[in-house]
Amino acid sequence: MAEPTLEIHDLSIGVGPHNVVDGVDFDIGRGEIVALVGESGSGKSLTALSIMGLLSGSVRQTGGTATLAGNALDLDNDHAMRKLRGTALSMIFQEPVASLNPLLSVGAQVSESLVVHGRASRAEAWDRAVEMLREVGIPAPEQRARQFPSELSGGMCQRVMIASALIAEPRLLIADEPTTALDVTIQAQILDLMRRLRDETDTSVLIITHDMGVVASVADRVCVMYGGRIVEQAEVHELFSAPRHPYTKLLLATIPRLTGERKSELFSISGMVPDVASWPEGCRFRTRCPLATDRCATRPPLEAAGAGEGHLAACWHSDKVEDLA
Amino acid sequence: MSAPLLSVRGLKVHFPVATGRLFAEKPVVRAVDGVDFDLAEGETLGIVGESGCGKSTTGNAILGLAPVTEGEILFDGRDVAGLTGRDRQALWRDLQVVFQDPVSALDPKRTIAQSIAEPLEIHGVARASRKARVDELMELVGLRATQRDRYPNELSGGQRQRVVIARALALEPRVVICDEAVSALDVSIQSQVLNLLLRLQRDLGLSYLFISHDLSVVRHIADRIAVMYLGTVAEEAPTDELFRRPLHPYTEALLAAVPLPDPVAERAKTARPLQGDVPNPMDMPPGCPFAARCPLREEGCDQIRPQPIEVGPGHRLACHVREREITGSSALDRQGT
Ligand SMILES: Nc1ncnc2c1ncn2[C@@H]1O[C@H](COP(=O)(O)OP(=O)(O)OP(=O)(O)O)[C@@H](O)[C@H]1O
Ligand SMILES: Nc1ncnc2c1ncn2[C@@H]1O[C@H](COP(=O)(O)OP(=O)(O)O)[C@@H](O)[C@H]1O
Ligand code: SF4
Ligand code: SF4
Ligand SMILES: [Mg+2]
Ligand SMILES: [Mg+2]
Repeated sequence: MAEPTLEIHDLSIGVGPHNVVDGVDFDIGRGEIVALVGESGSGKSLTALSIMGLLSGSVRQTGGTATLAGNALDLDNDHAMRKLRGTALSMIFQEPVASLNPLLSVGAQVSESLVVHGRASRAEAWDRAVEMLREVGIPAPEQRARQFPSELSGGMCQRVMIASALIAEPRLLIADEPTTALDVTIQAQILDLMRRLRDETDTSVLIITHDMGVVASVADRVCVMYGGRIVEQAEVHELFSAPRHPYTKLLLATIPRLTGERKSELFSISGMVPDVASWPEGCRFRTRCPLATDRCATRPPLEAAGAGEGHLAACWHSDKVEDLA
Repeated sequence: MSAPLLSVRGLKVHFPVATGRLFAEKPVVRAVDGVDFDLAEGETLGIVGESGCGKSTTGNAILGLAPVTEGEILFDGRDVAGLTGRDRQALWRDLQVVFQDPVSALDPKRTIAQSIAEPLEIHGVARASRKARVDELMELVGLRATQRDRYPNELSGGQRQRVVIARALALEPRVVICDEAVSALDVSIQSQVLNLLLRLQRDLGLSYLFISHDLSVVRHIADRIAVMYLGTVAEEAPTDELFRRPLHPYTEALLAAVPLPDPVAERAKTARPLQGDVPNPMDMPPGCPFAARCPLREEGCDQIRPQPIEVGPGHRLACHVREREITGSSALDRQGT
């Protein structure tokens, strides 16, 4: 297989005394869309921010390595990471409006990374920005480029964010809940855009979402996080049809389906997501898991499970998951 | 069918927009621009639509939290649109609301028991019976008695939303407006709260006006659904009927855009997503609000506002072209004559 675009090995991130991300491994191939899913607080955003070298304050990387196209990333080296951001690495955030500079015209923001990194003159960069805006589906891009974020709708702001992330032709685009704040019809446009991008430019994408519909729609492969760890990783069809971790299986069972029986009692996972400070020893899903046994007091390794290639699960009883729910 | 508990007739809510120009004609945001619906006892009406289409403003107008520009809001046959002060407060006994964000809905300095007791206090329930009622309410929504003296920051999102629901039920309302009540919750918690709402409805005969942008959730809980677009109701139908036979082009586009949690089905989709953005409610076209994005648009659509017509039992639709397909003619054919 060709060298992966991104390889993350044993990544840990600490906040105070706790590792809120605790030994995470995954990689993303060239032109591959990988989804990172999991409950609120499971560590998705921090994982993404650390890859961008954007951890700050009391949050810091406490272990692990990352390589981008074979080159080790020095996540703590602000100068080195700054050079990569806006060139090889780009990120888009959940709140498009809040993430844009209200005082800068749309064209200036989209062209910014080219200018800052000295890759084009201001005038050339502006023309490229207009082209990029056209490509992400902004009508009348020449006029729009001169407008300010407040004059655009949320969906358009998100497309502007995507245009500024893509103008530098990054190897890896990280999108943290890129459509959560958008309406479904606009979400469908953005997801369509991400698929086209990948097809046309071979960009690798890490998309963070809690929406299993979004996962099913765009991802090639899925990593499921729970309590700061990856508990399952699989090709998208296999993850939905034959999950091997109880959390994944139960999560899929709780979603109201358009084909389900209306007003019926929905399946729900008992208990609640424990707070970082009270994560149990061993398997962190132990307090809510219907399959838990004494053995689960020891941490299960993330290892091959299920039929498909690259299907991994961190569960001592992954062979019993099929019969759950 | 018995008389509806809540009826909204010709509701308009227009907000003035500050322009800074003194003598210019004052522009308005037509947040709600002619909405009608009924809600019967024990029934759930879902309201769906894209952000800014006026779902929350409709709910807020019913609650007296947004000004009613025009129209009637009948609760049990009585117009409650203009109620203020003591009369408005009395209505809170029958009409309650659960908003999206359980964090900001609760006072961080009050314990759970104090938060739930608040409406009882305001409505003069004696201290002695308050405690018993709070315990009862906590049990009803599945909170443990040991959590009485906890503060909101010690609870999970789902638990906080239970507290908010318990407080909304304290005065035994007949109608609860749920505005994105489960939208901020994780899926595993969302299903717990939906189950709770369904059980409370069965046990207490509550009516819900369930506002949400999540179609899968609304389909699960609602008996009927009204699809809003730019301050108007594009289509309204019993839930199964709406999903089986969507007639308005906007409803069709909306249903097609919902990403299904099924990779096989998702990848089999061929339709191109609906293009364009929701227009600004300040430049509301005189005709059909959906005209700028509509794949079926014909000449005249953007000039003549389609009026809702009944196309089946409880199925209402506001679209010229589909109206003509069903009835043989529409206002488009009568223009200029
Ligand atoms: N700046 C910070 N300071 C302290 N703790 C933090 C900070 N940012 C995140 N955390 C904590 O780290 C954990 C993981 O947070 P993270 O933002 O990665 O979650 P997430 O999976 O992205 O959740 P969501 O789905 O809600 O966005 C949580 O317990 C969170 O409270
Ligand atoms: N207090 C207000 N003042 C001015 N405009 C408002 C106010 N409240 C809502 N609006 C506008 O009315 C429209 C409908 O808003 P809202 O009912 O909140 O939509 P929804 O709940 O469907 O997302 C939007 O354009 C919104 O910006
Ligand atoms: S290791 Fe044990 S507790 Fe953890 S998911 Fe598997 S069965 Fe459940
Ligand atoms: S009235 Fe015309 S523009 Fe409006 S939805 Fe129908 S066909 Fe489309
Ligand atoms: Mg996050
Ligand atoms: Mg709203």
